Amino acid sequence: MPGLKDATAIVGIGQTPFAKQLTDSEKTLACRAILAALDDAGIAPSEVDAFASYTMEETDEVEVAKTIGAGDVTFFSKVGYGGGGSCATVGHLAAAVATGQASVGVAWRSRKRGSGPRPWKNTAVQLPTPGQWTRPFGLLRPSDEIGMLARRYMHEYGATRDHLFNVALACRNRANQNPAAIMYERPLTREMYMTARWISEPLCLFDNCLETDGALACVIVSAERARDCRQRPVYVHSAAQGLPAQHHGMVNYWNDDPLTGPAWTAARQLWKQADFGPQDVDVAQIYDAFTPLIPLSLEGYGFCGRGEGGAFTEGGALEIGGRLPVNTGGGGLSEAYVHGFNLINEGVKQLRGTSTAQVPDASTCLVTAGEGVPTSAILLRA
Amino acid sequence: MLAPVIDEDGAPFWEYAARGELRIQACAAPECGEPRFPPRPCCPRCQSFDSRWLRMSGRGRIWSFVIPHPPLLPDYAAQAPYNAVLVELVDAPQIRLAGNVVAAPDAALNSVDPARLRIGAAVRVAFTEIDGVSVPRWLLERS
Repeated sequence: MPGLKDATAIVGIGQTPFAKQLTDSEKTLACRAILAALDDAGIAPSEVDAFASYTMEETDEVEVAKTIGAGDVTFFSKVGYGGGGSCATVGHLAAAVATGQASVGVAWRSRKRGSGPRPWKNTAVQLPTPGQWTRPFGLLRPSDEIGMLARRYMHEYGATRDHLFNVALACRNRANQNPAAIMYERPLTREMYMTARWISEPLCLFDNCLETDGALACVIVSAERARDCRQRPVYVHSAAQGLPAQHHGMVNYWNDDPLTGPAWTAARQLWKQADFGPQDVDVAQIYDAFTPLIPLSLEGYGFCGRGEGGAFTEGGALEIGGRLPVNTGGGGLSEAYVHGFNLINEGVKQLRGTSTAQVPDASTCLVTAGEGVPTSAILLRA
Repeated sequence: MLAPVIDEDGAPFWEYAARGELRIQACAAPECGEPRFPPRPCCPRCQSFDSRWLRMSGRGRIWSFVIPHPPLLPDYAAQAPYNAVLVELVDAPQIRLAGNVVAAPDAALNSVDPARLRIGAAVRVAFTEIDGVSVPRWLLERS
């Protein structure tokens, strides 16, 4: 059976500007990002025969395909669980291309989360099962739900607000190098962090991601086809999804060990398929809707031991030149929050050598989707 | 305030709550008896569809908590900052009920000074009504 390993490559990436408010519709933004990605790859829209996105994406395949001028489409897939689906869009397309179900795949996410509604404000629709057990008690927002796990994590392992600040700072410092980032010209200091307003104690404003309008896309083809494309191929080395036993989503409160989440499950499958391990990762793009997701993910993906994620962030470990530079475009915390798709494109930039905060000679990159929800991850290599 | 949007699996919990009883679903198969939460149709351990509702003592410990601040839905913003806690039940420690620590069953969500909340603090259940639905609240054992 042909495997997934290095069988496909990301050959095109595209994005729109990021802002608190853009005038274009989500559909227009989606098409702009997709066409930019195809142009980057040097592939005609009529050659696209596969699509993948998130279930929360509101622009569907029919609209996108007919608008960009795609040909006959033979594979399309949507992945659930919000930001947990980001890397799986690439994973599904890689599997489709590697198994001959399609030849040119486009993954995308377009979202006006900056100027559009906050999902948690919708009182008509609740997540059917967990909602009745949490929302009446004022656990209304993802920040409240993750804040609960964060406080327990800090209590059990001695992680501190300074550790969370290290995460926020690393992302902000990279955004300060990235002209496309929302926070490009806005440095963050420890004093700003420690005196910021609370959102849900123990999480303050700077522990929360941005609210952004924008769209991104990437193009996936076979490794063979990739050699003829305009850009240096970035190979999909391994891909995995993760839904652990007895997991409950963002309100993972009802099992023996709520602090080991989907990252652990995805990681086991990811590394099992890979020719290299965590110690060989040059740069990582780790889903950062909230700062505590980074120490949890560092543990889950095997960069440190259980409970060591906070301490791992010390001494500039997440900065350029540190043990593991992360979120080198600024991440969801400081570049743009587009459900983690900017982390995928930033991973590609690093392995092309074109990041605005380039890790010298980066040849391997881990990209993760949201920890705390059924998740996904990919390993990319140059 | 948001009343619980009750589904078929969860309905017995709220029916018992209306009688002032805290009950948790458990497998009714002989030699299993595993409690489970949230309620669901069959036992993830032995796959039996038979279940019963075990009465809990109503005692627990705070497993974690947050103090939400605005932006929030209006009824919650009016009480912010308030506490939201997870209570680990003494009788079923892997089951952690979300709730609020209050000074009295019908008191506001912000009726207890957050400085008095600690992980591990002992609490006991009480019930109050939101839009006609009886919901659990939690009182500190040492007040």
